[in-house]
Amino acid sequence: MTVLVIAEHDNKSLNDATRAAVTAASKIGGDIHVLVAGKGASGVAEAAGKLDGVAKVLHADADHLEHPMAESLAALVLSLADGYDAILSPATTTGKNFMPRVAAKLDVMQISDITAVESADTFVRPIYAGNAMMTVKSTDAKKVITVRGTTFEKAGDGGSASVESVDAPAGPFKSAFVSEELAKSDRPELTAAKIVISGGRGMASGDNFHLLDKIADKLNAAVGASRAAVDAGFVPNDYQVGQTGKVVAPELYIAVGISGAIQHLAGMKDSKVIVAINKDEEAPIFSVADYGLVADLFKALPELDEELAKAGY
Amino acid sequence: MKILVPVKRVVDYNVKVRVKPDQSGVDLANVKMSMNPFCEIAVEEAIRLKEAGKADEIVVVSIGPQQAQETIRTALAMGADRGILVTAEGRVEPLAVAKILAKIVEEESPDLVVLGKQAIDDDANQTGQMLGALLDWPQGTFASKVELDGGNVTVTREIDGGLQTIKLDGPAIVTTDLRLNEPRYASLPNIMKAKRKPIDTKTPEDYGVDISPRLEVVKVTEPPKREAGIKVESVAQLVDKLKNEAGVL
Ligand SMILES: Cc1cc2nc3c(=O)[nH]c(=O)nc-3n(C[C@H](O)[C@H](O)[C@H](O)COP(=O)(O)OP(=O)(O)OC[C@H]3O[C@@H](n4cnc5c(N)ncnc54)[C@H](O)[C@@H]3O)c2cc1C
Ligand SMILES: Cc1cc2nc3c(=O)[nH]c(=O)nc-3n(C[C@H](O)[C@H](O)[C@H](O)COP(=O)(O)OP(=O)(O)OC[C@H]3O[C@@H](n4cnc5c(N)ncnc54)[C@H](O)[C@@H]3O)c2cc1C
Repeated sequence: MTVLVIAEHDNKSLNDATRAAVTAASKIGGDIHVLVAGKGASGVAEAAGKLDGVAKVLHADADHLEHPMAESLAALVLSLADGYDAILSPATTTGKNFMPRVAAKLDVMQISDITAVESADTFVRPIYAGNAMMTVKSTDAKKVITVRGTTFEKAGDGGSASVESVDAPAGPFKSAFVSEELAKSDRPELTAAKIVISGGRGMASGDNFHLLDKIADKLNAAVGASRAAVDAGFVPNDYQVGQTGKVVAPELYIAVGISGAIQHLAGMKDSKVIVAINKDEEAPIFSVADYGLVADLFKALPELDEELAKAGY
Repeated sequence: MKILVPVKRVVDYNVKVRVKPDQSGVDLANVKMSMNPFCEIAVEEAIRLKEAGKADEIVVVSIGPQQAQETIRTALAMGADRGILVTAEGRVEPLAVAKILAKIVEEESPDLVVLGKQAIDDDANQTGQMLGALLDWPQGTFASKVELDGGNVTVTREIDGGLQTIKLDGPAIVTTDLRLNEPRYASLPNIMKAKRKPIDTKTPEDYGVDISPRLEVVKVTEPPKREAGIKVESVAQLVDKLKNEAGVL
């Protein structure tokens, strides 16, 4: 049994979602190989070799792999697929984009967003916005799987695997990268942060998010948002937490001016501790909150900022 | 230019589903069903392209039980031109859906297929990409902006780090994200008109596609339940609890 994990990176460093996928692979069993596809990403390939449990790193280097594009990544993975019993990737927007293409070409039904490995062919995944957990057994010879990053431990750096070069199919491809507008922030990434503070429609404007920013800076937290706040243009799309946005599971999640719709809860209810600040004591968010504060956020947030300062933050 | 829009009938997004006591699935008896919200966005986008003079026919397809015809009617009332219903009972997995859609694409030769990025029941987020692979077509998934220019499609995509713009050499697949557009409601006259628009009824056998599931559902269970905690009286008490009781500060 050999498992291939497709690494995700920015040509400079591996992300935590890849570490979680490697842990999921180790639960399936067998040898673990990691594919690093990129441009000038040999540092990433070396880092992948250090991951716990990894036996070999395959490194594909090409200009057209600088940005992860569905067509070219799928073609590369397919060129290697013969040697593997299972192929895993993180369930990020990149993994969700190319993996189903791999599955379809292999005539395999992909298992999306798994949260647990029961055995080499049986997996658990959330359905209906996490209101039900489905255990599925795959009857396909090869398994194609995407992994929810928040539910598996991050693999550590105890390994010493060798790196081997592989060729990437050169195309031609019918899709081309044009441009990217990436959010720049000194704060931790939303899905990796230990503390997340999110604002909803109750924030009333994008400017008011500075009230959250101040607290986030004190706590080294990431800032998130509900769909309503993103739709209203208060903050960009990459802030959205929920069923159809990002899934987070920090130590502490603070929901401010968010009502607690099932689609939002789907993205944060596995957080260790949940705090809700809402002026409506009937808001559904209180039914999942460990600590609820019924208050006007415009009063509560400056107070929280002060109390944190008093506590030494 | 012809656009094909696959639409799925799913549990309404406002419904909180219940797991059946025998763990065989979720209870869908007497539950409100609607068009998957991402499919509504796909239909809306196709109609806007038609209204802008960039497309001349919109064909909607649904694969599902007989009642999926209502979902097709909804799309026709919004402004699509005709429908194809492929009747299938039980679980039809994205791979099988994509295979049927690939056959329909062969027959209909659309220039663009617009799908939802995910269906809110099974949350699989696969069908469009699988169709792309089966047809060897390029794809622009999670689209928040779509521009047609001759045979090219420029798609702005919502990705984890922000936004990405890519260019596709058509024919192409697009899957919709939430902020692509705001779908319209069908007006009463259009609902009446839609009743006369044609819907073809087919079966998976007509397309020679085997829809037997590849994934066997072992069981469906409740997620771990979260109990409501306490209400604190003040911000000072909140900070104290987070520090000294929960230990997260
Ligand atoms: C297909 C689909 C996908 C979706 N995906 C997602 C998703 O991924 N993520 C997501 O979040 N949502 C998603 N939604 C939307 C979801 O259904 C809700 O509409 C949304 O989460 C509501 O956001 P909100 O809580 O910020 O706004 P509201 O529900 O309007 O709540 C605002 C809250 O703020 C409180 N408030 C207002 N003013 C103050 C104040 N001054 N002080 C304190 N409290 C105040 C109010 O009491 C209220 O509870 C999706 C919906 C659909 C149909
Ligand atoms: C326990 C369980 C029991 C189920 N029982 C049933 C059942 O009895 N009957 C039933 O019908 N389903 C049932 N389903 C749902 C079925 O399994 C899913 O529809 C299937 O797995 C597809 O996943 P998805 O729709 O999330 O795909 P996604 O890839 O998330 O869908 C994305 C897009 O693809 C298109 N698309 C997907 N499916 C269709 C379709 N059928 N027709 C047209 N366009 C489509 C749409 O544009 C959609 O927005 C059940 C699911 C579970 C989990």
